[in-house]
Amino acid sequence: MAVDVCRGIFRFTRIPAGYIAVMTRGHLSPEASVTLADRLQGFFGEHRADLVRFATLQLRDPAMAEDAVQETLIAVLQGHAEFANRSTVKTWVFSILKRKIIDALRVRQREVPISQLGGSDEEREGFDTLFDQRGHWATEHRPHRWADPDDSLEQQQFWRVFELCLDHLPERTSRVFMMREFLELDTDEICQELAITTSNCWVILHRARMSLRLCLEETWFTH
Amino acid sequence: MMNCKQATHLMSEDLDRPLRWRERMALRFHLMMCGGCRNFRQQIAFLRAAMRMRSGGN
Ligand SMILES: [Zn+2]
Repeated sequence: MAVDVCRGIFRFTRIPAGYIAVMTRGHLSPEASVTLADRLQGFFGEHRADLVRFATLQLRDPAMAEDAVQETLIAVLQGHAEFANRSTVKTWVFSILKRKIIDALRVRQREVPISQLGGSDEEREGFDTLFDQRGHWATEHRPHRWADPDDSLEQQQFWRVFELCLDHLPERTSRVFMMREFLELDTDEICQELAITTSNCWVILHRARMSLRLCLEETWFTH
Repeated sequence: MMNCKQATHLMSEDLDRPLRWRERMALRFHLMMCGGCRNFRQQIAFLRAAMRMRSGGN
């Protein structure tokens, strides 16, 4: 029943405040229901594709990813009390999706080792040209001091560039990086889920950071 | 003597595991002399901060 209601919501162009009232079992005032409906409407309208894409990347199973997102919406609608303490819908929804994905990862059997997932193109380190023969930064590639990085975090344009840089990570690298930096799993958990060695995990994370910093330096923090 | 390539690995791993004492010392020594790596370290710290902010964690 709850799921049907939620599936229905995805097809509405507006989330009816009435649904919020039903799902929150009348714990919210009518005005609060309308406010919450508006905020969720805005969020899911804007980010549903992101949620599904992220869940799919992590779970590698479109059906499981859909389930995780559906369950997230259900939890969102039921979690009105928690929401009252949250400043943004995004924080809240993504934190719930994170938990759903982590649960799903932990419940299911260990999957195909990540090492069997193609990705040979990313095996090439690709960063050797940044260093000279002795392994020191080549002069033209020496990292610069980024001007006012905190200021960048306030700019919408920065976040668009940052997403593009994230999108450029090879799939396997991206998955490990997101497990570490978005799901905030520790490397032991990541290794276990992906059946890779810890040192392999560190190498992949290093590669992700090398790639992201280079991308930002070349496209955003240009000098 | 540690080179920059090795230093970048240690600086990255520093975000994922506690470095051993010897590693910390060697890295500290390298950073004293290498501006490029000092910048690198700030950059990857920035990446972590950006990821936290991106997921709304602040
Ligand atoms: Zn260096």
